[in-house]
Amino acid sequence: MSTIKLENAGFVYQKGMPDEKVAVSGVSLTFEEGDFIGIIGHTGSGKSTLIQMLNGLLRPTSGHVYIDGDDIWDDRSKLREKRFKVGLVLQYPEYQLFEETVRKDIAFGPKNLGLSEEEINSRVAEAADFLKIPEKLLDRSPFDLSGGEKRRAAIAGVLAMRPEVLVLDEPTAGLDPRGRREILDVISNYHKAEKKTIILVSHSMDDVARYASKVLVMNAGGVFYYDTVDEVFKHALELRETGLNIPTVTDILLTLKERGMDVDTDIYTPARAAQTVTQYFKEVEAR
Amino acid sequence: MRDITLGQYINGDSVIHRLDPRIRLILTLVYIILLFILKTIPQMLLALALILGAYALVRIPVKMLLKSLKPIIPIVVFTSVLNMFFVNGDVIFSFWKLSVTRQGLYYAVMLSLRVICLLAGSSLLTYTSTPIELTSALELLFMPLTKIGLPVNDLAMMMTIALRFIPTLLEETDKIMAAQKSRGANLDTGTFMERIRALTPILIPLFVSAFRRADELALAMECRCYNGGEGRTRMNALKIRRSDCIAVVVFIGFCSLIVLSGRISL
Ligand SMILES: Nc1ncnc2c1ncn2[C@@H]1O[C@H](COP(=O)(O)OP(=O)(O)OP(=O)(O)O)[C@@H](O)[C@H]1O
Ligand SMILES: [Mg+2]
Repeated sequence: MSTIKLENAGFVYQKGMPDEKVAVSGVSLTFEEGDFIGIIGHTGSGKSTLIQMLNGLLRPTSGHVYIDGDDIWDDRSKLREKRFKVGLVLQYPEYQLFEETVRKDIAFGPKNLGLSEEEINSRVAEAADFLKIPEKLLDRSPFDLSGGEKRRAAIAGVLAMRPEVLVLDEPTAGLDPRGRREILDVISNYHKAEKKTIILVSHSMDDVARYASKVLVMNAGGVFYYDTVDEVFKHALELRETGLNIPTVTDILLTLKERGMDVDTDIYTPARAAQTVTQYFKEVEAR
Repeated sequence: MRDITLGQYINGDSVIHRLDPRIRLILTLVYIILLFILKTIPQMLLALALILGAYALVRIPVKMLLKSLKPIIPIVVFTSVLNMFFVNGDVIFSFWKLSVTRQGLYYAVMLSLRVICLLAGSSLLTYTSTPIELTSALELLFMPLTKIGLPVNDLAMMMTIALRFIPTLLEETDKIMAAQKSRGANLDTGTFMERIRALTPILIPLFVSAFRRADELALAMECRCYNGGEGRTRMNALKIRRSDCIAVVVFIGFCSLIVLSGRISL
């Protein structure tokens, strides 16, 4: 189990060059173990940059990143070890596939961990099972798969390493609704079954509202909100004002309120929304 | 990967940026020739001053120039040292079997200055010209060679495409490396053979995507009826303006002065 702590972390691309670009600045927060954290924010708000600092792919240009209390950049020789704790699935991870067969590709990570042959095989089988990759696909070339299958194979490659913290950068980008749901369910199951920390970057507030327990809202490289889902969506109006998506049901309730219906708006699940609306109508009828 | 500054365009709006790329290219060539004509250290220093002046015009931080000089420092030092010891002449001091001569020292300084100026000059060209500008300039300058059957248009198109994809491929390499490192790929340590093998997970996806891109690009070009560069017109036609002429006069003036200054001191 691992906690990740950021202390005043910032990252500047092309530092010192005329075209330097501040992507993240002054972020201090803790990702507690066992949480399911959703990260949202505009495109270019620094989400991908932030998560690449979590496993030492990017070295913060200011501040520190701690995993279980150790600054990951203190000892370069231990960096790789830290990387095994924090599994990162990058945006469009399909391009990481390279082996002759899907099976071998999923085994790449576990092999780097230095596991035994048997352990590797069982990890591959387990990860494939988790991601619902059928046995017959395992012996195909990863380049012959469909887009959605490639995506699942790539995620399986990280999952097979059984990271303490699983970080995913928009794992559902470019998939159809069914593909999205399948992948998110897999992640949610991993979270529940293994009690691991999940950090999920997403553009969909609905997905975040549905799966996450905490939400980090990023804006212009900084933290806008970082709190439980309930608390953050209490600020739905502010979120909407900054131009961010909010869960569809919250959006509907806010609009109803603006039109003069006195309904509760701190709601982000369809079930509760339906409840409030029916209750409202009952009250109206009673009057 | 992204720290490669050599050959990198820096966006700007300086006098030099606004020159016709053909002029920029030719003036750079003139400068390089100048460097090989000059015979004395004072002249070389003037040439250095000239290029530094140009850098000041473009407002490129000196730090950046120094960074692009870094990779050649070992070569400069190595050849300078060789020159110092192995050129015959008046001995300044000697130890063991080696002796440093005045002439050797002189050559060493000359050589270092020349290499530094050479790199600074050619970097300035690439800092201030986009690859597209450079290829257009080359295409136009070599156009007369179509008469002897050289497919200048096609070569220029190939070069443009190749240059266009360098940053894309670098970016892609970055991404692939990040993904494989996240899966525990060990790229930094190990024996030589291990390191070569560690490149497979990076090279294969890179080739796959490069071929895919090439396919897609070819298709896109065909869809737009591309059939060779013959008679293709440009969106931004290159035109020699007055400012270009002034730049040529000023620059050639400086160069002549530097060459002549050698005569005077002799
Ligand atoms: N390699 C890079 N070099 C220079 N600037 C970069 C680089 N990568 C990202 N940036 C810049 O840093 C900022 C943050 O980028 P980042 O990729 O972290 O955003 P993001 O929140 O992940 O966006 P998206 O939702 O589109 O994925 C952006 O303004 C971007 O232009
Ligand atoms: Mg991103």
